[in-house]
Amino acid sequence: MANKRLASFKGIPLLLTIVWIAGFSAALFFLEKSVLAFIGVLFSIIGIYYTNTSKTIKLILGALVLLVIIPGIAGDNRYYMEVASQVGIYVAMALGLNIVVGFAGLLDLGYVAFFAAGAYAYAIFATSQANEFIPGNLFPLSGEWFWPFLIVGLVVAAIFGILLGLPVLRVKGDYLAIVTLGFGEIIRIIFNNLDKPINITNGPQGLTPIASPELFGIKMNTPFYFYFIVLLVIAFIVLANIRFEHSRLGRAWIAIREDELAAQSMGISLLKTKLTAFAIGASFAGVVGVIFAAKQTFVDPTSFTLMESIGILVMVILGGSGSIPGVVLGAAFITVLQVQLLKEFSNFLHSLQSAGIINLPNQLDPSKFQRFVFGILLILVALYRPNGLIPAKRKKNDIDAIKNSPHANEKLGILARLTGK
Amino acid sequence: MLLSILPQVLVDGLTLGFMYAVVALGYTMVYGILEFINFAHGEIFMVGAFVGTEVLLIADAMGSLKGMNPYIALVLMLVIGMLVTGALGVGIERIAYRPLRNAPRLVPLISAIGVSFLLQDLVRFTEAVARNEFYLNSPILFNNSINLGFASIPQKALIVIVIAIIMMVALTLFVNKTKWGIAMRAVAQDQTTASLMTINVDKVIMLTFLIGSSLGGATGVLFAQNYGTIDPYIGFILGLKAFTAAVLGGIGNLRGAMVGGIILGLLESLAGAYMGPLTGGAFGAEYKDVFAFSILILVLLFKPEGLFGEAVKEKV
Repeated sequence: MANKRLASFKGIPLLLTIVWIAGFSAALFFLEKSVLAFIGVLFSIIGIYYTNTSKTIKLILGALVLLVIIPGIAGDNRYYMEVASQVGIYVAMALGLNIVVGFAGLLDLGYVAFFAAGAYAYAIFATSQANEFIPGNLFPLSGEWFWPFLIVGLVVAAIFGILLGLPVLRVKGDYLAIVTLGFGEIIRIIFNNLDKPINITNGPQGLTPIASPELFGIKMNTPFYFYFIVLLVIAFIVLANIRFEHSRLGRAWIAIREDELAAQSMGISLLKTKLTAFAIGASFAGVVGVIFAAKQTFVDPTSFTLMESIGILVMVILGGSGSIPGVVLGAAFITVLQVQLLKEFSNFLHSLQSAGIINLPNQLDPSKFQRFVFGILLILVALYRPNGLIPAKRKKNDIDAIKNSPHANEKLGILARLTGK
Repeated sequence: MLLSILPQVLVDGLTLGFMYAVVALGYTMVYGILEFINFAHGEIFMVGAFVGTEVLLIADAMGSLKGMNPYIALVLMLVIGMLVTGALGVGIERIAYRPLRNAPRLVPLISAIGVSFLLQDLVRFTEAVARNEFYLNSPILFNNSINLGFASIPQKALIVIVIAIIMMVALTLFVNKTKWGIAMRAVAQDQTTASLMTINVDKVIMLTFLIGSSLGGATGVLFAQNYGTIDPYIGFILGLKAFTAAVLGGIGNLRGAMVGGIILGLLESLAGAYMGPLTGGAFGAEYKDVFAFSILILVLLFKPEGLFGEAVKEKV
């Protein structure tokens, strides 16, 4: 029954989507502080994805919302732009992890290590910290260096990924989860203690002030600018995800995820393929790390705990591992839940408490419910929706089209059999 | 100076090692039967620590602790702690693992990670409501120590070791001599064949979780008695290390888990004490967790079957 109804569901009518966008945009415009309106606008992206219309119109609508409506209406509101750029940062990270967990099926519980590598790569050189071990008083670098450092962060994290991956990826399945978890913790402990013998990371004190990005003399130190920087990076990562998914490499990843032994016997080099997944996923986290460091202007090891890794994993699993729209939804949902809903709820409870209505122990503050929420979500998703909210679609090859293509007559490999000649 | 602390370091290492060993038994039993890493096992250990300590605190508040023989108090803590954690383990298996027994391998692991985080926060909530704090300071029952001249052995450490040994011996006897123990080994070898031999596989798996979890819970009680302060996050890192111990000894192998735990405890204690002085203070005790994880990685790379395990060829 439900399946039939789902199959006949072609998508949301275009008009409804436009009304939705217009309605929430107007609400956001007139009601300065309406969080709901803001979330409505953010989630209209999902609505657009499900709208029954052509790809071009969807793209135009999406670009309109992201590039015009959100910065246009909420651009002067620091808080909204902060939330939007945070959502963006997590979307980008989750898409990176999606390559490792979703496509290649490698459960990585230490993903935040690569994020840390990127963040520290920029932070060390964009503060005076690098003077501690490089003579010549050359540092801190100015904000213009932010742009080349996006590439540096990418490369550093990719190298980290390969170095970690080489030993780790020989291990299989659930062992891999434990080993990556261990490695994530090792990296954090090392960053936490690398203030001696040579002071590289400044230990638990962290690094500050990190230079904000600069472009043509404009200092980009507000969430408004970071929103666009993040958007640019997401566009790049989404594009990479889409291109990878059905490429030769992407198909090899999926083959390994489904059955390592079968993939291996079809001539796929296990270690090399897994290593590329690890390195590519890591490099995305590295780029995002650079942005994160520049945005926060402060990094210390507490930003890179296991909880971060688990949070990103929850985003991927909840949304649907291997499914790009799913992962975007999962990341947006979890981030909004964390930075918005739980905080609002906790503010609400605090106001009740100060009014003397309830007595709230400090430990029951909803903003500390992270583990509880993640735990419940992981269990429920595993039990009832193991493929996530928006399951990944497998691309179907049209055999008739292949038969009719000019290549069909070339007697090559499997094609020769398909045509029956 | 370095040598004079050695006996003390060894005693600490042994105490830690025996705790790792008993927790590792829980991992290894479940893995032996289901080929699944019960990620939440460390949290079961943590729940055991809290239950035991709460029993002690409540008895103390009621005034019934005064004049009570400390050994009876300890047994009471252990029994209640084991009952609660045993039931918890069976409940978790029933709700979060059993429906996923035929799912792809990563799915139950994800569920287990969820259970682990859920338990951490549930304990934190309970303690926050009950005591307005999330950590507990446990009264210590045994404060004496036995002086041997070259080292002094705290009585509480001795108790940890003795009880751990009793549990290990009991488990070994159970697995090797009783009907249920034989059924357990049969299921570990081949579930389908075992079920054809009229063994109730579900019941055996439940029993495995019951025993593994109550052993973990008992270790939690001992941990709280030995170190005094507990919080909801102690189970995570200890669980990880106990898992390392299980891998080191050869996962699925009971004797391996025991030996692996003791070796890991000793190595960690030695590393914590000597790494700093030996490297001139550059890498001190703060790296001792790194040390344990490195062992895990090295074992998995070079001897994945562990010290006592058999190398398994993958079948198509």
